[in-house]
Amino acid sequence: MDLSAYPLELPESDRPMVRFMNVTKSYGSLVVLDSLNLDIQRGEMVSVIGPSGSGKTTVLRMLMTLETINDGVIYVDGKPLTHMVRNGRLVPADEAHLRRMRASIGMCFQHFNLFPHMTALQNCMEGPVQVLGLPKAEARARAEELLAMVGMIDKKDQHPSRLSGGQQQRVAIARALAMRPRIMLFDEVTSALDPEVIGEVTQVIRKLVAEHDLTMLMVTHQMGFARDISDRICFFYKGRIEEQAAPEQFFTNPQRERTQQFLRAVKDAD
Amino acid sequence: MTFDWNWEFAIEILPRLLRATINTLIAAGVGYGIAMILGLVFALALRSSGRLPRTLLREVLEFIRSTPLVVQIFFIFYVGPQVGITLSPWVAGMIAIGLHYSAYLAEVYRAGIEAVPRGQWESCRALNLTTRDSYVRIILPQALPHAVPGMGNYLVGIFKDTPMLSVIGVTELMQAANSIGSETYRFLEPYTLVGLIFLALSLPTAGLVRLGERRLRRKLGL
Repeated sequence: MDLSAYPLELPESDRPMVRFMNVTKSYGSLVVLDSLNLDIQRGEMVSVIGPSGSGKTTVLRMLMTLETINDGVIYVDGKPLTHMVRNGRLVPADEAHLRRMRASIGMCFQHFNLFPHMTALQNCMEGPVQVLGLPKAEARARAEELLAMVGMIDKKDQHPSRLSGGQQQRVAIARALAMRPRIMLFDEVTSALDPEVIGEVTQVIRKLVAEHDLTMLMVTHQMGFARDISDRICFFYKGRIEEQAAPEQFFTNPQRERTQQFLRAVKDAD
Repeated sequence: MTFDWNWEFAIEILPRLLRATINTLIAAGVGYGIAMILGLVFALALRSSGRLPRTLLREVLEFIRSTPLVVQIFFIFYVGPQVGITLSPWVAGMIAIGLHYSAYLAEVYRAGIEAVPRGQWESCRALNLTTRDSYVRIILPQALPHAVPGMGNYLVGIFKDTPMLSVIGVTELMQAANSIGSETYRFLEPYTLVGLIFLALSLPTAGLVRLGERRLRRKLGL
């Protein structure tokens, strides 16, 4: 893979929070993402929708460095994410570079992935103490503040097995925020939840959108929610962005045949 | 030929056998300690190192598991000196038994680690934990309850294999019974008592392991 055409760093004048440049991901002969180009601006909330297998979750996982990329470069705040500069060239990043870059990114998962052997509070203190080196008291104060924000302070000493899915997901959001990321990734965070608790999680995300200047990227199947809170909707189809637009425009006047089909199918299912 | 159990003789030799039992317990304990630590090192090495060292290590462990412990004990004790490594029976025995069981425990740990859901690793990554912290604080504590039953089995196993150390003259229970037999020409009582002592110690161990597993799961909130 020839990376000489890619800038070592994005110029100050053209530096979105995240930029995917010709990013390709494939498993063997299966191309999951095909030369993706996507910018996400500072403070922007972008929802990624599309049929399953369209590569939308892969976009988030690559940004969290959970997946390697086969071609192209991802820039986070102007700096290459999975590459680093050595001798004036881009080379695959080492662990130290990845750890530096990951510090600005947080992620919540479909299945929460809380640490089951720790209480809600301990889950939220683990990263700040072990990774950021915060004193315990400070980490605890930060964790309690965030647990209060997601409405989980009265359950702070419970282990995840004692919490409902919605409660676990709210703790997971607090845990991610405790690392003070600048970018938050939500990967189908309501897909594993019972319908009656979805609201308590979306409520927390709405609050984040309203009160914080986080850059957010969300994969979701909840069209109404995406329409309400997003600045932009990206519709993925077969590893490519088929269409992207502001929510109103996207949902009321979709341009592409595939988008129209998808929205119709979603509406029928509802 | 008569079956003449002599209670007086049995009671007379019991203290001597019980003293030797302490050595047996020490041998099993030290051997198990070595096996637990070495097994973990092997299990982690199998997961982390490059393809070639990993294959090599896997083959070595397979070799250790596939050859009799008693051969390994003889080898370390008698062949060692020929290449300039002279070890006392105790040290040679502990190394042999520890190494042998580490090969089994490595497999138990590996299965335990693999039983931890992949999402846990992804959470570690998302929180930017180092690989070391991920293992020590997140993955291994969750792997342990999965590993405890297997670890318990091998604890009983290592205990029951300590008589093999008598072949190089470690003064454990079996060795003591052998000595009593050759001094008195009475074998019924010493070997019967050896069997009973092993039984008396093995049975509760299995129960304790089950109890320990339940406690551990509760303590970890799993």
